[in-house]
Amino acid sequence: MAVLTYLEAIRQGLWEEMERDERVFLLGEDIGVYGGAFKVTEGFLEHFGEERVIDTPISEAAIVGAAIGAALLGMRPVAEMQFIDFISCAFDQITNMAAKSRYRWGAGVPIVVRGPCGGGVHGGPFHSQNVEAYFFHTPGLKIVEPATAYDAKGLIKAAIRDEDPVLYFEHKYLYRRIKEEVPEEDYIVPIGKAAIRRPGKDLTIISYGWMLHKSLDAAHQLAAEGIDAEVIDLRTLLPLDDETILSSAAKTGKVLIVHEDTRTGGIAGEIALRITERVFEYLDGPILRVTAPDTPVPYSPPLEEFFLPQVEEIVAAARWLALY
Amino acid sequence: MGILTREQLLEIYYYMKLTRTIEERLTHLYRQGKIVGGLYRSLGQEGESVASAYALEPGDFIAPMIRNLGSLLVRGVKPWEIFTQYMARGTSPTRGKDSVVHFGSVERGIIPPISHLGDLIPVMAGIALASKMKRLRSVALTYIGDGGTSTGVFHEGLNFAAVFKLPLIVVAEDNGYAYSTPKHKQMAIENIADRAIGYGIFGETVDGNDVEAVYAATRRAVERARQGLGPTLLEVKTFRMRGHAEHDDARYVPAELFEHWRQKDPIDRLVRYLRENNLASEDDLAGIDSRIDAEVEHDLRYAEQSPMPDPSIALQDVYYEGVGSFPPSLEREPTYRRT
Repeated sequence: MAVLTYLEAIRQGLWEEMERDERVFLLGEDIGVYGGAFKVTEGFLEHFGEERVIDTPISEAAIVGAAIGAALLGMRPVAEMQFIDFISCAFDQITNMAAKSRYRWGAGVPIVVRGPCGGGVHGGPFHSQNVEAYFFHTPGLKIVEPATAYDAKGLIKAAIRDEDPVLYFEHKYLYRRIKEEVPEEDYIVPIGKAAIRRPGKDLTIISYGWMLHKSLDAAHQLAAEGIDAEVIDLRTLLPLDDETILSSAAKTGKVLIVHEDTRTGGIAGEIALRITERVFEYLDGPILRVTAPDTPVPYSPPLEEFFLPQVEEIVAAARWLALY
Repeated sequence: MGILTREQLLEIYYYMKLTRTIEERLTHLYRQGKIVGGLYRSLGQEGESVASAYALEPGDFIAPMIRNLGSLLVRGVKPWEIFTQYMARGTSPTRGKDSVVHFGSVERGIIPPISHLGDLIPVMAGIALASKMKRLRSVALTYIGDGGTSTGVFHEGLNFAAVFKLPLIVVAEDNGYAYSTPKHKQMAIENIADRAIGYGIFGETVDGNDVEAVYAATRRAVERARQGLGPTLLEVKTFRMRGHAEHDDARYVPAELFEHWRQKDPIDRLVRYLRENNLASEDDLAGIDSRIDAEVEHDLRYAEQSPMPDPSIALQDVYYEGVGSFPPSLEREPTYRRT
């Protein structure tokens, strides 16, 4: 097996799906000759041609709208948002046109909208956001966010093969920072299934994306103190894997949710309430969350570092919870 | 006039009159409280809607807007589909999940609108794009009102289609008012078709109440689209002879405007032409009218007898697999045990 970065894994997944199914095509800004702002699609134009790797005008609503139209005619479009922040320009097409189509008139819209999310690279308020909560509230959409290279490849393949609109958020901080062995043969990571990254018995930490890695670092430190944390990687944010979340919560009785997105209205709130609705009597303490504060993402490194959830905060919250 | 045969003109008359008759019945139902939501009529605009759709061929795609009942009828939609849809019956095309003309079928070449104006233009550009990729030679035609051309997505969609020379036709219906807002408060230009130059596409303005002019202009657009010459912005000048919807008494429209446009009614105009040129006798027209009446009465009866939908279908079709696997459930499952 080859060792691939997270970015290479996304790229390989896209490439293999385009080889496998000629209905799959890519559209987005600067994805062709330039190979994409982060070079995810470098070399695709030369291999697949300009009919399947389409450089578009700066028009997120048109990119997603055209993807929807093409999907209705049986194609499998993958639309790139150059930065996921710009997905707001296509909000209407995603939440009203794509998400409701099957429900209204029975026509599926199998599109993938993918793009780099998250902070840690000093991108400032418009190149660092985590936008999942904007879409989490919309029935009909699926949202995935891989944290590992293996999942990055398996989830992009699953997203392309899915019959529903899938938002595929890739964390730009992880692009070239993490790598692992990724199978060369075809595989998918099923949408809707979380993974237990570290089994434990004292408390559960639920996270995804970059924060999964911080949560695992925190669990490692906690283990040295004799606190055995179970760490769940959600992988799919919508629909949530209730089975894994509730089983773990019932098992450990204590839950900490960690996400990079801001706090109010973030998805941690929904997860916490599902746990209290379903397994309240197994809980031995309040459900806690470590998240970014309710501010835009700041630019200057010390400000951004202050904004982003840190390992020490996760450790402190978990320690408090373990002792509760 | 002269490019349409007598048979074609009579068929267009049939669709225009069918549109008006259905909408008259719908108004009656609305007053009886049998329409579940609002009712949006195309009175006065039937000509452009029917004639533009009539210029398409099988295999082409059409996406109507709220006032394009006529286009749908041309594409084979039946009166019962309209009645059940407005009355929210379980037998309606959307099984009661959506209202008005918000229904479609890829197989029939009909893409339904959403209520957000302009959003259909990129979607139909995508249909045109896929048509090109699949070598289908299909043309995609959609509509937008004068007000809808103020949206950003109208621009994004047309520009996108222009750049890729997609076989897209956008019929811009200048009917004077966007709800209550007159056109001069919507844009600082007289002719919407002038916007075409900004996209490098073909633009044309025609009298929307002259069915042959609309048909001819749409045919030209279809030919250009099939030849790979790209999109057309076809503006049709017409008038909305009602308020935005039946609840709207249109008091903001000066009476003389209604009077002016009443003289230009597209159905009366076609009938006059048919008579003056001896293309249709009184019997011919009366025959079509009575056929329409029988068809509409039959379908209306069916709709009125149709059941309302079963509430349980409200949960279906959120996802491909059904919503069943992800229900918001409060059931306490015994599987969650501390180990």
